[in-house]
Amino acid sequence: MDSPALKSPETLVRLYRSLYLVRRVEERVAEIYPTDRIKSPVHLSIGQEAIAVGICDLLRADDIVSGTYRGHATYLAKGGDPKAMLAEMFGKVGGCARGKGGSMHLVGLEQGILGCSAVVGTNVPVAAGYALALKRRGRGQVAAVFYGDGASEEGCVYETLNFAALHKLPILFICENNFFAIHEPLHRRWAADQLTERVATFGMPARRITSGDIFEIRDAASGLIDAMRDGGGPAFLECHTYRWREHVGPAEDYAAGYRARTDMEEWERRDQVARLAAMLPEAERRQIEAEIEAEVEAAVAYAEASPFPAAEELHAHVFA
Amino acid sequence: MSSPDTLSAGMRSLRYVDALREAVAQEMRRDPDVFCFGLDVDDHRAIQGSTQGLLDEFGPDRCFTTPLSEDAMTGVAIGAAMAGMRPIHVHIRMDFLMLCMNQLVNMAAKAHYMYGGSVKVPMVVRSMIGKSWGQGAQHSQGLHAMFMHVPGLKVVAPSNAYDAKGCMIAAIRDDNPVIFMEHRLLYPIEAPVPEEPFMVPFGRARHMRRGDDITIVGISNMAVECLRAASLLEEVGLSVDLIDPVSLVPLDMETIVASVARTRRLLVVDNAWVSAGAGAEIAAQVAEQLGGGGPLAIRRMGFAPTTCPTTPALEAHFYPNPLTIAKAAHALAGGAGGWEPDPERARLAYQQAFKGPF
Ligand SMILES: Cc1ncc(C[n+]2csc(CCOP(=O)(O)OP(=O)(O)O)c2C)c(N)n1
Ligand SMILES: [Mg+2]
Repeated sequence: MDSPALKSPETLVRLYRSLYLVRRVEERVAEIYPTDRIKSPVHLSIGQEAIAVGICDLLRADDIVSGTYRGHATYLAKGGDPKAMLAEMFGKVGGCARGKGGSMHLVGLEQGILGCSAVVGTNVPVAAGYALALKRRGRGQVAAVFYGDGASEEGCVYETLNFAALHKLPILFICENNFFAIHEPLHRRWAADQLTERVATFGMPARRITSGDIFEIRDAASGLIDAMRDGGGPAFLECHTYRWREHVGPAEDYAAGYRARTDMEEWERRDQVARLAAMLPEAERRQIEAEIEAEVEAAVAYAEASPFPAAEELHAHVFA
Repeated sequence: MSSPDTLSAGMRSLRYVDALREAVAQEMRRDPDVFCFGLDVDDHRAIQGSTQGLLDEFGPDRCFTTPLSEDAMTGVAIGAAMAGMRPIHVHIRMDFLMLCMNQLVNMAAKAHYMYGGSVKVPMVVRSMIGKSWGQGAQHSQGLHAMFMHVPGLKVVAPSNAYDAKGCMIAAIRDDNPVIFMEHRLLYPIEAPVPEEPFMVPFGRARHMRRGDDITIVGISNMAVECLRAASLLEEVGLSVDLIDPVSLVPLDMETIVASVARTRRLLVVDNAWVSAGAGAEIAAQVAEQLGGGGPLAIRRMGFAPTTCPTTPALEAHFYPNPLTIAKAAHALAGGAGGWEPDPERARLAYQQAFKGPF
């Protein structure tokens, strides 16, 4: 299934760098969290990184991504600045939203990261609107919008799929299906586990990837994105994945009883961070990891050092 | 029916969250048409405990989660209500009611009238307002004024456990859609609450404190912040007539007007923006009724006219607090500028847990 090109040494290094960065930033966030320096509800994507990393690896710098309150991976994988992200979570003026948005509202227009939104589903039509503008501009740019299985239930998401297909918008819909919306499992929310089939009936290519394999995700998205750049219209990917930590907060929550730790362990065995680490020559891997550790520590230090916004900032940005 | 003003000593204390839960459980026992649904009402967190035990006692037909489809689920509640059931639709944040707006405003509020009185929509829409710890732009809004604007919707905002229980029972038994507004920070606060079911009638304001110098109206958890402010104002000998409207539609203007007629000073503190808000409505009605009768000093306080920022450095300036409320009241009462409440008292006021009765 994997074409050799997809596993070229350069690709492997790029993917590992990005995966490792996301994982380590979030692990650091989880470590720092109990000190109360991050006064922001954190929704970690630990365990889910391969989707954002696999897709964003195919995107150009001038392409667009749109994510949710669980948006750390989306932000970092599209080239978001870890310094600005950490400072945002610390509520500092050096943050990507000047401390006004926090963990749930990461943004980075320079890197093509639309603002993340915490009202579930709201980012999906907004991303389609951006895609409409990209299409009109005719530079072959695309938008990739990430959302959860829960978000897929919102009316506005279905409405957007229909509109995007109708207008052949250059947008890739990626549903990160981690089987839960907060603590509610799919079977309490869907009568039929056929999301991909439902979306296909809107008139767009739709594929389900159940493996969590970063190469399979990247491979599937690759052809779809290429076609999209040539006016082929939208496409949909449902990627199965698993959230290792609690819905919101830094810890595990298997003791709560709504899901089994053994389910996570099955996904842990397929962990793409560990898998790619093992595919790299030892020295090269160590080198990458050391560089990223330094980058993460620099981001934490930057966040600590950045000042809080001055009181006058409260009234800035109400109107443009 | 008891009232919190006449509560006997020794009545058990209940947290706001438990009062809500008890009210719903008692009504579900009484009336098999009452049911409780909404995102996450049946998980182990049980909406911060406010729906705890309902699934176990009443089963999944009467306590169930939904897909993330608030717009449609609101329509479902309306339809079930028209059919004679009494749904309680729960939202963990008031911000999410924006997804329900079309159904609430265009259907729920209007059905009884536009169908000439032939249908009723007896439903309760519970929603909680969040604050702090980075709740920010989309998890902190008090949007009651939007609902107050529309005829056909009742809007209640109890500030203590007693009213939470009494208003919830009244809301469930009401034949109209009732927007029931809760505040996250009120959940742990205790008050004496009778064990038997009782109703707190809508349209009757509650005096939380009696005084002669200034009338303060506090809405939702701002009623509690105003109580703290009133204790700071004792320091300068200002006595506060503190009123909690409890229900915003219907609104007990009689009590508020009677108070301002005595004090000639009104400060309304809302848990929302000031512009076109509940405070504007209250102030306007007071001015209309008392404006001709001599000097009248009126002021409104609420959220800063901005989106709610997440960083604590800015959030501290976003909300009214006991200090800013006390200082505004002091100034309104003609006090000399520059008064700062004793910092130690202020610190204590912030920590003060109110047990009522109010
Ligand atoms: C419109 C709306 N309804 C409810 C919520 C509360 N809420 C926050 S996250 C969430 C679950 C979303 O699940 P999913 O889309 O699968 O994303 P995941 O958290 O699993 O990544 C809910 C119900 C919300 N933020 N917005
Ligand atoms: Mg999910």
